[in-house]
Amino acid sequence: MEDSLLADAIERFVRGEMTPQEKLYFEDLRKNNPELDQSVVEHMFFLNQLDKFAATKSFKHSLHEVENKLADDAFVFRAGPTGKAKVVQLWHKYKRTVAVAASIAGLVSLFIASLISAVNTNKTTNIKPLVDKINIQEHKTRQIENKLNRLEADKAEVITPRFEEKFRGTGFLIDVNNNYIITNAHVAREGRNQLIIENSKGEQFAASAVYVDQERDIAILKVNDDKFKKLPPIPFNITKTYPDLGEQVFMLGFPKQEIVYGEGYVSAKNGYQMDTIYCQLNTEANEGSSGSPVVNRHGDLVGILTSTEQNAQGVVYAIKAANIFRAVEAAKKIDANSAIKITSTPGLKGLTRQNQIKKMEDYVFMIKGN
Amino acid sequence: MNITAEEQQLLSGLANEDKESIERIYRDHYNMVHSLVINNNGSADDAADIFQELMIVLFEKAKSGNFELHCQLKTFIYAVSRRLWLKKLSQSQRFLVSADEMGEVVSVDEDIEVHEQRQAEFNIMENALSKIGEPCKSLLEAYYLQKKQMQAIAADFGYTNADNAKTQKYKCLVRLKKLFFAQYKNVD
Repeated sequence: MEDSLLADAIERFVRGEMTPQEKLYFEDLRKNNPELDQSVVEHMFFLNQLDKFAATKSFKHSLHEVENKLADDAFVFRAGPTGKAKVVQLWHKYKRTVAVAASIAGLVSLFIASLISAVNTNKTTNIKPLVDKINIQEHKTRQIENKLNRLEADKAEVITPRFEEKFRGTGFLIDVNNNYIITNAHVAREGRNQLIIENSKGEQFAASAVYVDQERDIAILKVNDDKFKKLPPIPFNITKTYPDLGEQVFMLGFPKQEIVYGEGYVSAKNGYQMDTIYCQLNTEANEGSSGSPVVNRHGDLVGILTSTEQNAQGVVYAIKAANIFRAVEAAKKIDANSAIKITSTPGLKGLTRQNQIKKMEDYVFMIKGN
Repeated sequence: MNITAEEQQLLSGLANEDKESIERIYRDHYNMVHSLVINNNGSADDAADIFQELMIVLFEKAKSGNFELHCQLKTFIYAVSRRLWLKKLSQSQRFLVSADEMGEVVSVDEDIEVHEQRQAEFNIMENALSKIGEPCKSLLEAYYLQKKQMQAIAADFGYTNADNAKTQKYKCLVRLKKLFFAQYKNVD
């Protein structure tokens, strides 16, 4: 193999093992063939890297031996086991954190899994919906507190209902004329008693789920609040085309009490276990992000952020936007929703990211309820 | 005051991995670094880690052959350790000591920069090596890290002759190179 001969020659050249004649010939070859010269330079660089790596690795080894010796002399103190490379030690520290995080995630997933299986018994999955459930225990105590308050309030004959949120997700407006909002079915389902939407200014409005598609995990909410002001036409374009592999996307959602911007790219055309409703994104998402709009750089809405894989970092699933149309068509068949119409415009095209976000954030809502 | 002849000798010992030189530097300077870390929200373990990293900085610098210090070795060690520790503090988001409080002595920006680059390269290579699998990993380590002769490797790995081992080694090297550059170019 010629390449292996060349690699061999380069190694002997670097180590100065060539005869003067060979060396002359080799240097001549490089001078007359720039392509070859480039691969020689690259290979030499790589060998040099390998050499440095070997030297540092070996030095680290000696370093640990000396440190161990000094630890035996009680000159160097270490609380943990000695004699491990710093990198290894960091890994060990990290590993413990991972173990703790994993067990917490495990508990959360068990909890969520039990919730899901209660409603939906046909699917056991390894994926985690991104709805944020506010500490249930705390909620229970608050409920008790609330009841006590109410008892007192009854006495005083002043009833002040206090809204107790139990979960938090995200949703976005698709119809400005009739105020319909898209979110995940698993978000809407949490709101058994009450659903509230909150805009980025912190204003809250009452809403209700008018259509829930369990299978596609899409829900359509309607804002039933006279205080809700009609917004200008929706600036993003909801697209039926599937997102391309590698397409850069951004998201706006509510993993915390304020709107949060995130970025990523489309990393696979299908979702968990080749589920074609979904596509896979590489990004970071947290509880509360469920229902976030996923938008490409042209301002096309390509998906709804939905879940994350438990055991893999950065693997997030989003429902392809084409499913929104299907859900809307289905919702239309219900008499009360016959007016529903997706009103989207390509109003984000060509804008800088900052301006896209500014235009878009008014259409993204925190969804909470109990 | 510049580096002394004795210190120069210690450093060339360091470059050759001479354990006595390593121990000497530990004995002369460990306590200073230890108190620096301990007095600034660190633990004994942190101090040992920082000193190890400092030693690697010294080793890299000594090995590169241009160890020109315009200050005492002690001053240099203090300055580098301080920077390494400040960095670690800010990374772990522990209570941050203001930089002035620890007192800047001499600028080591360039050294730290070089060290970080080297550290990144080291990690990429380690990562690439961990990904190529066996027998490639052992084969390449035997040749490039332990610097064994091809004949000895052929015998150890059960190849019929050195040429076969060489061909195999070449194939492994190509894969390693690919893995390495895939990451390396990303970092750049």
